Amino acid sequence: MTARDRTSLAQKAARATPEPVARRIRGLSDRALAWLFISPTIILLLAINIFPLIWTIYLSFTNYHANRPNMNVRWIGLRNYQRILGSEDIWGYLQVTAHFVFWTMVLQLLLGFGLALLINRNFRGSSFWTTVILIPMMLSPAVVGTFWTYLYQPQTGIFSYIVNAFYDFGPLDMIGSVKLAPWAIVIVDTWMWTPYILLLSLAGLRSIPDYLYEAAEIDRANAWQKFWHITFPRVLPFLMLAVLFRGIENFKMFDMVAELTSGGPGSTTELVSITLKRAAFESWKTGYASAFAVILFVTVFGLGNIYVKALNRVKR
Amino acid sequence: MRRGKKLLAAAAVLLGFAASNAQAADKELTLCWAAWDPANALTVLSKDFTRETGIKMKFEFVPWTNFADRFLNELNSKGKLCDLLIGDSQWIGGSAVNGHYVKLNDFFKKEGISMDDFLPATVYAYSTWPKGSKNYYALPAMGDALGWVYRKDWFARPELRKEFKARYGRELAPPKTQMELMDIARFFQGRVIDGKKRYGVAIYTERGSEGITMGVTSALYPFGFKYEKTPGKYDMDGAVNSPDSVKGLEFYKALYDCCTPPGHSDAYMVANLDAYKSGQVAMQMNWFAFFPGIAKDPDVGGAKSGFFVNPRQKVEASVLGGQGISVVSYSDKKDLALQYIKWFAKPEVQKKWWSLGGYSCHKAVLNDPAFPQSQPFAADFLKAMGNVKDFWQEPNYAELLQAMQKRVHDYVVAGKGTAKEALDKLVKDWREAFEDAGKL
Repeated sequence: MTARDRTSLAQKAARATPEPVARRIRGLSDRALAWLFISPTIILLLAINIFPLIWTIYLSFTNYHANRPNMNVRWIGLRNYQRILGSEDIWGYLQVTAHFVFWTMVLQLLLGFGLALLINRNFRGSSFWTTVILIPMMLSPAVVGTFWTYLYQPQTGIFSYIVNAFYDFGPLDMIGSVKLAPWAIVIVDTWMWTPYILLLSLAGLRSIPDYLYEAAEIDRANAWQKFWHITFPRVLPFLMLAVLFRGIENFKMFDMVAELTSGGPGSTTELVSITLKRAAFESWKTGYASAFAVILFVTVFGLGNIYVKALNRVKR
Repeated sequence: MRRGKKLLAAAAVLLGFAASNAQAADKELTLCWAAWDPANALTVLSKDFTRETGIKMKFEFVPWTNFADRFLNELNSKGKLCDLLIGDSQWIGGSAVNGHYVKLNDFFKKEGISMDDFLPATVYAYSTWPKGSKNYYALPAMGDALGWVYRKDWFARPELRKEFKARYGRELAPPKTQMELMDIARFFQGRVIDGKKRYGVAIYTERGSEGITMGVTSALYPFGFKYEKTPGKYDMDGAVNSPDSVKGLEFYKALYDCCTPPGHSDAYMVANLDAYKSGQVAMQMNWFAFFPGIAKDPDVGGAKSGFFVNPRQKVEASVLGGQGISVVSYSDKKDLALQYIKWFAKPEVQKKWWSLGGYSCHKAVLNDPAFPQSQPFAADFLKAMGNVKDFWQEPNYAELLQAMQKRVHDYVVAGKGTAKEALDKLVKDWREAFEDAGKL
């Protein structure tokens, strides 16, 4: 578009603007115009994010129950927080969540990065295999949780069949066993989200300039030295970013686990998000659930901040 | 000018269309319920209502796993989706206190509908709040209780009968006590019948909504479990965690450990039906609502299946299911909704309801001399409804239910702690809930 075209377009726009609107805009500064354009987004952000956060914090200090509109809502101070932090059950759920987040991160990093290293070598059919590996990530978590309940069936499920092909364990009750259920959800999440780590790792690997490897060749560096001194440091920021995103996602994981185990057997796979949902929308303990949500928010926010500082240091 | 006339004409057509749509919507009711066999029967039955009154019926059916979430949310947010709601019996307290349901006393009086025409246990459980009072918030719509189905054809096999008699000293027949039920379940557990391995029993173990609570109480009640030492006083310590209650809970856990199919750790109605219809188990617990379907099933129906009421132990008791039909107070069509209630209360409609697979609570149906023979499970249904017990119907019932779901699933399925510890923790949870509600 030439300058002349831009001028004629501006003139057309000016002619098309109704006079009352044009009069108002003519008096505005650039800064004011900018605010005018971004204000719908800010209003939306305030309405959807900021106001609910402030309202939740307020509710967390009350005895409010959403299913009792006629009840007197009282300010009860820190009672909800005391109940939560003093509850053995809540610490149990936090432990279950920590186990889930830790092991999914470890496995997804190892598998995702390993697969990325393999796929980075251009071989015949690498694009096809990349696409196939990405398929689990494209599915809905609730659907994944549902069909894995069938795969995990001890009598008819294919998982038990495949495992027993290697060693005869007998029918494996992955979802009903207290020892195996925590690993059952780790396996499903790893199956679903390793491709995500693979993608980020691949982006990191492909950003490494070839001349670094050529220089290393000249210096007679072996494969391990190339990996340790070139590949790994260059990919590390991407891996840390992947851990940050997946860590946050898995801390608030709900749908896949709710469909797969409903938090059972007992509470062995009850993640904090499932507890929160039950408190808020099944027991209708709105004030209590708000306090729990605030505690989780502060935890994730705090840990996230520390991690981002570490990530920035690595990038530098 | 011509363009203006065209625009006017188009606007008139659109307005007329919108008006007729609005009018059509005015003569339409939405009935909300769970998505299961009786709901399908109700859609068929409701065609008669539409024929008689010209009021069209729309239905909003939600699977049981989401039923409470969906419709309690709808009521709490004063939604206008449902004109009529067939809600769970446990919702009656909260719905009455919070004004979700229309009180029907004046309407019943005006239309000559008497609650004496319905089974007293169903009026008490599905309609009244406070319990046993004369305040009616629902018309009993669907009578239900937890019962049992068994493989009558397996029970009839001579070789099995001989072996059972030799082992237990009695005939292989529907159990009369909970302990006899356990014996039969153990007898069938792991047994190969017709070349396939079979299991004893499919019971409720579902964690998400209410499954395991319904299942556990089917054992607790016969062992003598009580919610309070004194009705209305919320003195739960010594009742909920009494020695009888501990025995009942231990019994249910033993039944789960010894006699269920592998992978049966999160099973409710459909999972039990699947396990039974696929020939995995000799017996299943399930709601009477499913028994018409089982009786007609091509694989396990007819002479292959028999039914029995929940066996006694110290006392005879069955778990109450069932629902009443209520008018939602936020509906803009309360008058039309009340017409539906009036129609549904008619004896001839109730008779047709039973014939289609719904469980009528009307005495005209249940007291008919031919009723016990009308279906293979009819007599057991009558017996069950004579000794039903329900869960708390308090306004905060959801909180009480979730606490019990957690404690019993932790013990029965996850093997955490002892039965006494589970029930002690449950008393603590319930006491906290009642303190929050201002009842203690």
